[in-house]
Amino acid sequence: MSILIDEKTPILVQGITGDKGSFHAREMIDYGSNIVAGVTPGKGGHIHHGVPVFNTVKEAVKETGAQASITFVAPAFCADAIMEAADAGIRLICSITDGIPAQDMMRVKRYFLRFPKDRRPMMVGPNCAGIISPGKAMLGIMPGHIYSRGPVGLISRSGTLGYEAASQLKELGLGISTSVGIGGDPINGSSFLDHLVLFDKDAETEAVLLIGEIGGPQEAEAAAWIKENFSKPVIGFVAGLTAPKGRRMGHAGAIISASGDSAAEKTEIMKSFGLTVAPSPAEFGATVAKVLKGS
Amino acid sequence: MDVHEYQAKEILASHGVAVPPGTVAFSPDQAVYAATELGGSHWVVKAQIHAGARGKAGGVRLCRTYHEVQQAARDLLGKRLVTSQTGPEGKPVQRVYIELADPFDRELYLGFVLDRKLERVRVIASKHGGMDIEEIAKNTPDELLQVIVEPAVGLLQFQARELAFQLGLNIKQVSRAVQTIMGAYRAFRDNDATMLEINPLVITKDDKVLALDAKMSFDDNALFRRRNIVDMNDPSQSDPREAQAAEHSLNYIGLDGEIGCIVNGAGLAMATMDMIKHAGGNPANFLDVGGGASPDRVATAFRLVLSDRRVKVVLVNIFAGINRCDWVAQGVVDAVRAEKIEDVPLVVRLAGTNVEAGRKIIEESGIAIITADTLADAANKAVAAFKAIK
Repeated sequence: MSILIDEKTPILVQGITGDKGSFHAREMIDYGSNIVAGVTPGKGGHIHHGVPVFNTVKEAVKETGAQASITFVAPAFCADAIMEAADAGIRLICSITDGIPAQDMMRVKRYFLRFPKDRRPMMVGPNCAGIISPGKAMLGIMPGHIYSRGPVGLISRSGTLGYEAASQLKELGLGISTSVGIGGDPINGSSFLDHLVLFDKDAETEAVLLIGEIGGPQEAEAAAWIKENFSKPVIGFVAGLTAPKGRRMGHAGAIISASGDSAAEKTEIMKSFGLTVAPSPAEFGATVAKVLKGS
Repeated sequence: MDVHEYQAKEILASHGVAVPPGTVAFSPDQAVYAATELGGSHWVVKAQIHAGARGKAGGVRLCRTYHEVQQAARDLLGKRLVTSQTGPEGKPVQRVYIELADPFDRELYLGFVLDRKLERVRVIASKHGGMDIEEIAKNTPDELLQVIVEPAVGLLQFQARELAFQLGLNIKQVSRAVQTIMGAYRAFRDNDATMLEINPLVITKDDKVLALDAKMSFDDNALFRRRNIVDMNDPSQSDPREAQAAEHSLNYIGLDGEIGCIVNGAGLAMATMDMIKHAGGNPANFLDVGGGASPDRVATAFRLVLSDRRVKVVLVNIFAGINRCDWVAQGVVDAVRAEKIEDVPLVVRLAGTNVEAGRKIIEESGIAIITADTLADAANKAVAAFKAIK
């Protein structure tokens, strides 16, 4: 099993004819993802990488039954693309786009509330590397070959730090059930918590590695929930121990602006809720291996 | 992006928030001229820098004569003002704001912030203005007033009215305060602000409600549609290296260690800095070259990192995803040759796609590059190289 996507999930690519959309659609198809449609307004009727292109998401969903979407849309138009997907009934929306204004994301999250809870879309990102269920499907831009299939669920705010973790695990012969990049923006489509809930129910996942960074309340919120509700071991890490206060460390969301935002504080919170914290970013693999052996 | 107090007040005034009459000045003579134009008999001369706590640091002067105005402007202009928020190096004062000083009765606090947990705009107000919001929250937490804005409808009149009455204002003051709160909200929303603070918001003896100080920060991601805000940018207020990095769309933050870092991805860049610390060294900077890490970006990154004289060792850590290690390796080799940096110990760790081909390029280049296989290995070798110099 895995969470969110597998080899059958019918996927739609928004912005499939653009440079990035086209390149990554090819990569995803080659990995084995079930790409069924593309959307580019004005390019309806074309075929791209052997996939039919539509003008609107609604048409694409009607014709192909797409259930998940990935957006390669410029920041200025991305919130609109996400809401279009939600309106068309897409249940999983992954947004790679870096640079969406925070107020636009606020509007997106508010728009999602119009759907009843059981039909509300799950959004991953923005500003993320996407989702991969190794050996099954990729809905993202990661290098597929560094992931092997196995029992570890991975949730990371950062893309490349997620790659680092995946390759450390592979080096030790450990694989991943699903890896989710939730993105580096201040307002995310989904949080650590949203995916922990899914990993809890996933039989293949035996432990979860949660990689956070400075800024925002997400890691602390997840840690508190884990203590009360989560049945599997969780290994945590928070990047940015050396980050100064008030400076934005690349990601728009990676800024220490409130108390509880720093890496040291979040690490302490994780420990206090019973998570095993990796002593350094070089020991993701080793820490997970140790925990799996012990459990 | 941050703006100066006088710019924030311009924005607020254009949304119906009352502010005291004032003019910005770039020289002592201009300051005096501004005071004569403003009229009145008392003026405040305020240093314009992108940091707060100016009052305690001597950056705000009350003046009773034109001569005092001139003297205050002379004192402040051209200096670096060090406040509790600037760090020890301070910020250069290149502009002063001359404002008419009116006596006031009460000092209140009004703030707007993008709340990450609620994913909504939060309005905060307090009867106790004039001090930091952290102090207000600590000293009088029960009296901190808060309103959450529903994004579908925006801030509503009744919410502003409730705040105004809770602040203990009389009916005449309430209607003016509502105008101020609604105007400030529109200024926040319509300019993609992430933070707006009016502290203090004062009530004058004749029931006027005035924004006496104002601070605004804006969402960098929204600047593409806020040309008016971009035009307010004052590069003198940021670290020159950071400004240079921004021109090349690189993310650079200067720190005070000795090991320069060039990394792709913000999270991996922070983790690399942490790893250096873990290995017993100190990172000189945060630098994310982005997903691309093309040869010319790598070369620019080297130039930036090496412009910091404290840097004694450079650590390159690239986890190649879609771009390949051989391409990144070629970029590193070209940059080392072009920038003639062969006297600085260089540790390179490549991982990911085509890593073998990348390592081969580095080995065959004949340049004395210390290669590393893992993140830990890279950090240890960089720290060891630094200790060998000492």
